[in-house]
Amino acid sequence: MTEPGFIRLNVRALLGRAYPRVIGGTRELSWIFFETVLPLLSIAAYVFIYKAFLPPNPDQTMLDKVNALVGYVVIGGTMTAFWLNVLWSMASQLYWEKEVGNLQLYMMAPMSRMALLGGMAVGGMFMTSTRAVTTLVVGVFIFGIVLTISNPLLILAVFFVTLIALYGMGMMFASLYLLYGREAWNLSALMEEPIFLLSGFYFPVKALGQTVAIGASIIPATLGLDALRQLMFPVSGFGTQFYFFSPELELAVLCVLAAVFLVLAKLSLGYLETLAKREGKLTTRHQ
Amino acid sequence: MFKQAAWLGWEMESNWTEPGLFLIYSIIKPVAGAFILVLMSFVALFIGGGSQNLGQSAMFAYLFVGNAFFIYVSSVLFGCFQVIQSDREWYQTIRYVYMSPINFYTYIVGRAASKVLIATIATAVTLAFGVFALHIDLSMSLWDIPLFLAVMVIGLLCVVAIGLCLAGLSFLTAKHTHGLAEGIPGLFYLFCGVIFPLSVLPGWGQSVGRALPITYWLEAVRRLVLPDSLFAQVPTGLEQADLAGIIALLLVSTAFFFLLSILLFRMTEYLARKAGIIDMTTNY
Repeated sequence: MTEPGFIRLNVRALLGRAYPRVIGGTRELSWIFFETVLPLLSIAAYVFIYKAFLPPNPDQTMLDKVNALVGYVVIGGTMTAFWLNVLWSMASQLYWEKEVGNLQLYMMAPMSRMALLGGMAVGGMFMTSTRAVTTLVVGVFIFGIVLTISNPLLILAVFFVTLIALYGMGMMFASLYLLYGREAWNLSALMEEPIFLLSGFYFPVKALGQTVAIGASIIPATLGLDALRQLMFPVSGFGTQFYFFSPELELAVLCVLAAVFLVLAKLSLGYLETLAKREGKLTTRHQ
Repeated sequence: MFKQAAWLGWEMESNWTEPGLFLIYSIIKPVAGAFILVLMSFVALFIGGGSQNLGQSAMFAYLFVGNAFFIYVSSVLFGCFQVIQSDREWYQTIRYVYMSPINFYTYIVGRAASKVLIATIATAVTLAFGVFALHIDLSMSLWDIPLFLAVMVIGLLCVVAIGLCLAGLSFLTAKHTHGLAEGIPGLFYLFCGVIFPLSVLPGWGQSVGRALPITYWLEAVRRLVLPDSLFAQVPTGLEQADLAGIIALLLVSTAFFFLLSILLFRMTEYLARKAGIIDMTTNY
C-alpha cells in the first residue's frame, strides 16, 4: 500500500476530523430543541428590554428604531452560537482531547496538527451554521424584523471572513489552552459575557465609545457584527450615529485578522510541539 | 457531610484554580452581564430621546436589581445540574461518592452551597457597582432587613429545590443536562420579569410568569430594596398583590418544590439504580 502524499494526507485528516461534527447533527436530533429553541429564550429576553423602554403610543420612526435594535439582538444572538462554539469546541478541544486520552494519538499521527485544527474548525462552522441559521430565521419570523438586504455579496463576504477569523482565533487558543491546563475551563467561561459586552453582541458597539470599540476590534465578532448590522439595517431609524467604520473597511480589517490568527495558530502549535518533546508531559491528564 | 460537600463543591467549581483567581472569574462574568444591560438601556434611552441618566430611570433600576439577584438563579441551578454529570462523566467518581455513607441529596445541596456563596459575592459586587457607579437608588428600612433576609432564604431554598428536581433528571440523561442547565434559567429569565416587567410580555407569557415562583421572589426583593417612589413608576404586572400575599405565594411554592424535589430525586435515583446507569459514561 502506497502512502498518501502530504496534501492528500492532510486533506483526509481535515475531512476526517470534520466528519463527526458534520454527521453528528443527523444522528442526535435533540440539538434542534436545545440549540435553537433554548437560545431563543435569552434572545427574546433581550428583545423585550428594548420593548420595555418603548414610550407609550410610539410613532413609526420610533418603531423603526426599535425594529433595528431588535434585529441587532437577533443577529448578535446568532453570532453567540459561533463564539460559544469557538470557545468550547475549538479553544478547549485539545484540552478535552488530552483529558480523554486522544491527544497522544493526534501527536503520533503523521498529519499536520493544523489539518486537525482545520477539520475541527470546518466541522464546527458547519455544525454551528445549521443552528445559527435556524435561530436567525425563527428570530426574524417571531419578532417580525424587517431586514433590508442591499448588498448580499458583501454580506456573505463579511460573514465568511468573520467566521474564518473567529475560528483562526479558536485554533490559536486551542494550543494556548493546553498550556493553561486546569485554568482552561475558567478561561472559556470568562470569555463569554465579557466578550458579549466588548463586541456589542446585543447593542451597537459604538455605544462603548470609539476607543474601547477599536480595542475590542481584535475580536473578529466586533467588526463582523457591526458590518452585518450596517448591511442589513442601512436605514435603521437612528441614522449612522451608532455605526463604527464602513463595512468595506471592516471587511479589510477582518481579512487581516483572519490571516494573523491563522499564522499565530501555526506558530503556537509549533511551540506546543517543541514543548511536548522537551518536557514529555504534555499529554499527562488532570494537570 | 454538608460542610465537606460544600468545600468539595468550591474546589470542583473552581477546577482547583487559585481561590483568588477563581473569585475574579466568578465576579467578572456577572458584572459584564450587568454592563450589557447598562449599555442596552443607555441605547434605548438615547434613541427614545429622553434623559440618559440611568440612575434616574425607574425601568433601569428595576431591570438592574432583577438581573443582580438572578445571578443566584443561574448560578445555583447550573451548580445543581452539573454535579451528577461531572462526577459521573468527567471525574468518574460518582460510584465512590454514591457508595460512601452520605445522603446523596444532601451531597448535592452541599455542592450547590458553594455556588450560593460565589453568587452572593457576585450579586453584592453588581449591586455595589449599580449604587456607586450608576447612582441607582436602593434603600431599605432597618425593620425591613429581617424580612429581606427571610425572603432571600425562602427564595434560595426554592431555587435549590428546583435545581434538585432537575439534578434528579440528570441521573437518567446523558448530555442533555448541559442544555437543561442553560435552558431552564433561560426560561426563568424570559418569563419571570427579570430584566423587564411582566406587563411587557403578551398575555399568555404573563400567565406563565405568574405560575413561576422566581417571579414572586424577584418582585418581593424589588419591593424591599427599591424606594416606593421609583418602584411605583414601573408597571410590574403584579401591582394588585400586596407584599404579604407575594411572600405567602413564594412560601407555598417553595414548600411545593421542596417536596417535589425529594419525590423526583428518589424516583429518578431508583430508576437509575434499576437500570444500572448510576455510573454510566457516555463520553459526552
